[in-house]
Amino acid sequence: MNKNCLLCGVGGQGVVLASRLIAYAAMEKGYFARTAETIGMAQRGGSVVSHVRIGERIYSPQVPVGSADVILAFEAGEAVRCLPWLKKDGLVIADRRIVKPVTASLGGGNYSAEEMTGYLKKHADRLILVDGDAICREAGSSKVLNVALLGAAAQSGALGITPEEMLDAVRKNVKEKYIALNEKALMLGRKAGGM
Amino acid sequence: MSSKKILVMGNEAIALGAIRAGVRMAAGYPGTPSTEILEAIAKHNDGRIHVEWSVNEKAAMEVGAGAAYAGARTLVTMKQVGLNVASDPLMSLAYIGVKGGMVIVSADDPGPISSQTEQDTRTFGVFSKLPVFDPSSPEEACEMIGEAFEFSEKYQTPVLFRPTTRVCHACASIELPEAMQISEPEGFVKDTMRWVIFPRTSYLNHIRIEKRNAKLSETLSEYKRNFILEGDKKKGIVTGGISYAYTREVLPEGTPLLKISTPHPFPEELAVRFLKDLDEVLVLEELDPMIERQLLQIAGRRHLPVNIYGKLTGHTKNAGENSTESVRADIERFLNPAENAVSDELAADAPASDDIPELPVRPPVLCAGCPHRASFYAVKKAMKGKKAVFSGDIGCYTLGNAKPLDMVDTCLCMGAGVTIAQGLHAIEPDAVNFAFIGDSTFFASGITGVVNAVYNGNDIVLVVLDNSTTAMTGHQPHPGTGKTIMGDVAAKISIPAILRGIGVERIYECDPLNLNEAVNAVREAAQGSGVRAVIFRSPCIAVSRSEKCCEVKQETCRKCKVCIRELGCPAIVTEGDSVKIDATLCCGCGICASVCPFDAIGEVNCHE
Repeated sequence: MNKNCLLCGVGGQGVVLASRLIAYAAMEKGYFARTAETIGMAQRGGSVVSHVRIGERIYSPQVPVGSADVILAFEAGEAVRCLPWLKKDGLVIADRRIVKPVTASLGGGNYSAEEMTGYLKKHADRLILVDGDAICREAGSSKVLNVALLGAAAQSGALGITPEEMLDAVRKNVKEKYIALNEKALMLGRKAGGM
Repeated sequence: MSSKKILVMGNEAIALGAIRAGVRMAAGYPGTPSTEILEAIAKHNDGRIHVEWSVNEKAAMEVGAGAAYAGARTLVTMKQVGLNVASDPLMSLAYIGVKGGMVIVSADDPGPISSQTEQDTRTFGVFSKLPVFDPSSPEEACEMIGEAFEFSEKYQTPVLFRPTTRVCHACASIELPEAMQISEPEGFVKDTMRWVIFPRTSYLNHIRIEKRNAKLSETLSEYKRNFILEGDKKKGIVTGGISYAYTREVLPEGTPLLKISTPHPFPEELAVRFLKDLDEVLVLEELDPMIERQLLQIAGRRHLPVNIYGKLTGHTKNAGENSTESVRADIERFLNPAENAVSDELAADAPASDDIPELPVRPPVLCAGCPHRASFYAVKKAMKGKKAVFSGDIGCYTLGNAKPLDMVDTCLCMGAGVTIAQGLHAIEPDAVNFAFIGDSTFFASGITGVVNAVYNGNDIVLVVLDNSTTAMTGHQPHPGTGKTIMGDVAAKISIPAILRGIGVERIYECDPLNLNEAVNAVREAAQGSGVRAVIFRSPCIAVSRSEKCCEVKQETCRKCKVCIRELGCPAIVTEGDSVKIDATLCCGCGICASVCPFDAIGEVNCHE
């Protein structure tokens, strides 16, 4: 099995943890994994991309353009930005919300969620749009979008990791007091992913 | 599942490799992309390793040298520009040598992603005549650092170890190597001829080093990490570092490849074996054309009929990072120049993708609630309409240059703001010259500049932005925090006490979140001459998370957007016509409330 997954969002959304959880789950199945992360200055509100690569004969830590099996987008506009990485027939799972940068609030351009999701609908071969707002409200925390997206990805089967395996990875890597919350988020994500 | 592998970041892999090699001293200064190495050593320390955040890279290098003189295996970590700071001891240490193995990790940052320069530690290796190890992946780095320690000890020389960002910050499944059996450090053995640097001994050492490096070139031709992948084509690729990984992703069948893991001393005999049957060679590397130059020299010296292409010939780009895509394109052009000349033209003519909506740029910004925003705003307000120049420095607060604050007019290198302000003022005395410096940078290299100002009677307003941490690199402790990297309580060194000791008489200390008080302090400090210091003290919001947040009272808000235009806080957003505060980002710093002309912003309690 060789799988490439790109995770994208804005600094502070929990992108890095999500990429580690995918790699952990893959390694529990005996696969070799590589990830690449954005750390440092770019984290301060900047675009953040994590790469996860699973399988054999992988050299580069970054997913080559045009070869992502899955793009997990924590923000709709970042999904648009990363779309060139998607391979033909690849799957995009994206929160339908956008995060406005300071530059947009200062009066630069009309950045709209509808335009972003519209573009994704037109150009992604397979697309799951997730209502992150509703999921976070139902789960009772704004911090669980990452695990919800993992639930949707596991449910889709596109990562080669089952929902049970993903649940196991979450349980083993999340602080004890947050396990119940994240289990709930994972389940809400699975429902969004078509369970 | 076979053997137990763990997912480890490159920097942690380097740390674990060093621990397995028996490292007993680890010293460094934080700097992206190197920071996590020392943190990982501290995390996995069994108590036998002396680990410290030194006050700067020069201090780290010298502390490390002492430990290595005493026979201990020693690791020193920094980023590439940190090596400039440490270059004084390094250049001399290269002549003196060591007893215990000493590996100096200097992490390069092609791009650059988080640095001032695109300098190349491999070139520093040539300059300082020191061996350089250049890993291509976290798993290779983990094993290679142990080999670097053995090599250093065997030849009694410090060695440079040069990962780049994509090795440092990549994770890989790694099986940890066996721990080496290392004897206890012997301790320092007095020997004047060996440990005291003198012109006469340096002359002799120079001869010895040149002879040694010639021999090392032969030895390194047999090093297993310098190797040839055979092929049947007459065109070959030479590469090293992360570019090797990109190359292996796309290398066409039958193309010979030479991997260079020790760019200095260059494995010449191995390179000759590779070059002698080839017509053309393409070099794929980042930063300096280091391998390319070495190959050109060898081809010239050995009269080899081979053309060598790379940065110097314009076949690859000479700045920025490589990627699988860039390497693929470089190789395709190299192997099939005619075809690709055509397709390049076509590509240039092809319209950039049709209907992509305009995407927002997301430059890094000061966090919501960051006390630096308040400090900059207070100075801006106090100096409104007056002639003032604002020198910045290295840290999160460099981001104060962004609009709408626009409060950083110069930034050069660690500590330079303090001294640049003095030079600016000497030439243009009617301006008020401010120097902003963070607490960690103040300790690292700001103090000397203040001494210089007091001694020479130079006029500056020093603004210390004390947020009680080294924020930009991920919140490391420093001499002002009262904590060490191992979490131990340490002497807390007081910045105002240092300033008083130097002879700075006018020191204003205040909380920048109290806007009125802060503005008044700056107004007073701006008067008069000599060194005047304002210390803005408020902890980094990522360290002491607040439970408060602010809210826009929609019925009072006149939608004038002064808060947005003045502060540029990422928590203040527009929704349609109205202004709102994102409660998940807001820390309740209240600066927007101070700025609002209509009293429409108030503090509320918001617990999630």
